Amino acid sequence: MQRPSQKSGNTRYHHAYICTRPINPAYLYIRIFHKHAFCRSPATKWPPAAQAVCPARALASPPTPDNPKTLAVLWVRLQPQGSAAPKLMKIHEYQAKEILREHGVPVPQGEVANTLEEALEVAKRLMLGGATGVVVKAQIHAGGRGKGGGVKVARTLDEAETYASQILGMQLVTHQTGPSGQRVQRLLIEETAAIDRELYLGIVLDRAQSRLVFMASQAGGMEIEEVAAKDPDAIRKVSIDPAVGFQPYQARELAFALGLKPTQLAAAVKFMRGLYDVFVATDATLLEINPFITTKDDKLLALDCKLTFDDNAMFRQKGLKELRDLAEEDPLEVEASKFALNYIKLDGNIACMVNGAGLAMATMDIIQYAGGSPANFLDVGGGANQQQIENAFSILLSDKNVQAVFINIFGGILRVDTLAQGVVQAAKNLDVQVPIVLRLEGTNVEEGRQILKDSGLAFEVGDTMLDAAQKVVAAAARRTGISTGAAH
Amino acid sequence: MAVLVDKNTRLIVQGITGKEGTFHAKGCAEYGTRVVGGVTPGKGGTTHEGWPVFDTVEEAVRETGANATVIFVPPPFAADAILEANAAALPLIICITEGIPTNDMVEVWSVLRHSPSVLIGPNCPGVISPGKAKIGIMPGRIHKEGSVGIVSRSGTLTYEAVYQLTQRGIGQSTAIGIGGDPIIGTTHTDALKMLNEDPETEAIILIGEIGGTAEETAAAYVKEHVRKPVVGFIAGQTAPPGRRMGHAGAIISGGQGTAAEKMNALREAGIHVVESPAAIGETVARVLKHARP
Repeated sequence: MQRPSQKSGNTRYHHAYICTRPINPAYLYIRIFHKHAFCRSPATKWPPAAQAVCPARALASPPTPDNPKTLAVLWVRLQPQGSAAPKLMKIHEYQAKEILREHGVPVPQGEVANTLEEALEVAKRLMLGGATGVVVKAQIHAGGRGKGGGVKVARTLDEAETYASQILGMQLVTHQTGPSGQRVQRLLIEETAAIDRELYLGIVLDRAQSRLVFMASQAGGMEIEEVAAKDPDAIRKVSIDPAVGFQPYQARELAFALGLKPTQLAAAVKFMRGLYDVFVATDATLLEINPFITTKDDKLLALDCKLTFDDNAMFRQKGLKELRDLAEEDPLEVEASKFALNYIKLDGNIACMVNGAGLAMATMDIIQYAGGSPANFLDVGGGANQQQIENAFSILLSDKNVQAVFINIFGGILRVDTLAQGVVQAAKNLDVQVPIVLRLEGTNVEEGRQILKDSGLAFEVGDTMLDAAQKVVAAAARRTGISTGAAH
Repeated sequence: MAVLVDKNTRLIVQGITGKEGTFHAKGCAEYGTRVVGGVTPGKGGTTHEGWPVFDTVEEAVRETGANATVIFVPPPFAADAILEANAAALPLIICITEGIPTNDMVEVWSVLRHSPSVLIGPNCPGVISPGKAKIGIMPGRIHKEGSVGIVSRSGTLTYEAVYQLTQRGIGQSTAIGIGGDPIIGTTHTDALKMLNEDPETEAIILIGEIGGTAEETAAAYVKEHVRKPVVGFIAGQTAPPGRRMGHAGAIISGGQGTAAEKMNALREAGIHVVESPAAIGETVARVLKHARP
C-alpha cells in the first residue's frame, strides 16, 4: 500500500507484508524483513539466485530457456495476472478504514466516491470542514498505487477535480497488477493530515509460535523492510496469549518502544487494542497500519490500512463477504470458486487437473521438470464427479493459452473408472480440441483405461507421472509449433 | 512396532453419523482398525452401522475404553471437537476436517500445547500403519507393511509416494499425514522424532510444501539426531509466491519457505532431496540398498 508524502511532495509507497505479487522491488526487503522478524535463528539461507538477481532486473529481462532456473526470474514468469488470492479475501482501503472506524480506531476524514461528481462533493465537504487539502486515492486491490500515479495530493478543489478525473477510470499499472493494469472504479477522497511522526503497527500470525504477534516500529512509511534488514531490533514484537488477548501492558510496551509521548499513551493503548479487536472480530490474517502517524497536534491516525481475511472463517463473517469486489479478481478464478474448485491461473500453456493440493503442486513441478510450463493450479478435490470434471474442463479451456491438458489423478476414494467416464463425457460435450494426457492410478485403474480406449477419442495415457508429464510437454510443443508456423 | 496406531488402537469417530464420518469409519474398520463407537451430540444411545453412538467423548471413552479419536465434524464445530477430545484425555486425536478458521486453531493450540494428548492435523489424511491399522481417509490397499516411515503435509502426494514404494515391493512402517494448515498439532519434526525412535522404521520420507519454516526446522533435527536415511521432496517448486494453493500452509508469505530455500536446508542436513516427485520411490530403493548392503 502506499501513501502520499506531504513532506517531499513525492509519492512514496510502502509494500505490504503478505502480498499476492511479490515480484516487485519490495520483495527482497520483505524477505529480509521476515527473516529477521520471525526467524532469528533460521536454518535457511537465501537462495543464491535470489541474492544475485535484483527483482527489478528480473522484471526487465524475461526468462529465457537457458535461464529458467533462476528463482526470481521463475517467479516473474509465473506471476499471475489476476489481483486477488481467492483464499485470502482482500478488501479496499476505504472498506478497511470503515472497519477501523467501527472499532474506534481513528482514521482521516474521508469518503469513497464512484463518480467524479461524488469525488468533488466529498472534497468540497472536507475542505469546508477545515481540511487544508485532500488526497485522491485509487481504490484497487494491488499495492504500489502511488508509484503508478494512483494517489495524488490536491491543495485546491480545482486540483482535486483534475486528479480525480485523471485517476477515475484509468488502467492503473503497478508492479502488482501485471502489465495490463487494473481499471480504477472508485476513489477514496481523504483530508490531508499534518504529519509529525510516521510509525508502523501490524498484527499477523506467528506460525512458529502458533500465536498472533503484534509488531511496532518507529520506521513507518516507506522501506520499513529495508530498515528492518539493517536493524531487526527496530521492530518490537509482543506475542499474544489467546486466553487473555492483547493486554494494556503489552500496548504500553509497544507505545514506549515507539517513543510516544506520555500524553499520547492512553490514546495509543486504545488505538492498538482497537486494532486487535478488529483482527479478532473479522478473522483477519493480516492487519497493517503503515503509516501509523502522530499529527502536529499530538493525535494518532491510521493513514493507511491493509487488511486481509481468513477464507475459512467466512461462514461466520457474512458481513465481510459482501465487501468482496469480484471486479478485482480473476474472472476464471471467480468462476471456479462457484463450483468449489480450487483454481489459480498461471501463465504457462499446459492446463492441469489434479486431485489434492499437494499432488497438484507436485504436478506443476513435474511439468516444469519435463521442460514445460503449467497454465494453472487446479485441485478438483477428492470426490469429483462427472459434472465437476466438466466444470473444471470448461474453466481450464477458457484460458486461451492452453495447448494441452494434463490430468493427474490418484484415485483413492475417487474411483478411476468413474473419473474416466467423466473425462470422456466432458471431452465429448465440450468438444475439446487440445490434446489430453492422463496419468491415472488407484482403484479400478484397468477399467478406467479401458473406458478411455473405447471412447474413440485421442487420449494419451502416461505410465508414470514423469512419463505423462513428458508426453504432455511434447504435445503442447507440437501444437505451439503448428500455431507458430501458421502465424508466419 | 510402528508409531501412533497399531493393533492396540481402539478408535472412536467424532461425527460418526455424518456422511464422511460413516464412510471412513467403515473404511477404517474394513482395514482392520478396531472402531469401537462414535460421538454425535444428541444421538447418544442409538447405534449407527452397528456402532454405539454417544453424546459426549468422555462417555464414549468411559464406555468403550477408546484410546484414539478421529474427527470428521464440519469446520465451524471442529475446534470444539478437538478440545472435547482433549478434555476426555484421549492420548491420540486425529482431526481430518479441512477449513477450520486459523483463529480457532490459535485457541485450540494454546490448550493442546500443554496437553499430553497428541493431535494430528487438522486438514490431514490421517495415520496408517500398514497391515496393522489405519485412522483416516487414505486408500489402504496401496500400502504394504514394511520399514519406511513417511511424514507429509499432503494427502494425495503421500499416496503417490506410498504407491511408488509399494510398486517396488518396499513396505511402510507408518505414514503420518500431518496436515496442511498453518497451525497443526504434530509438526514434521515431531513426526520425524517418532519415526526416528521407532526400531521398525529403517528409512524416512519427508514430504514438505512451500510456506512456513517447518521443513527447515525438521532438517535441523535430522542433521542433529537422525542416522537413518531420509529422502525429502518439497512440493510447490513452481508455485507463484503469495498464492494459497489449497493448503493454507502453502503460501509463500513474504519470502519464508520457498521450495528452493527448503530444498537447500534439507540437502545441508544430509537428506536425499528429490527434485521430481516421480523419483521418490527409486530414491528410497537406492538409499535402502546402501543402508543394508
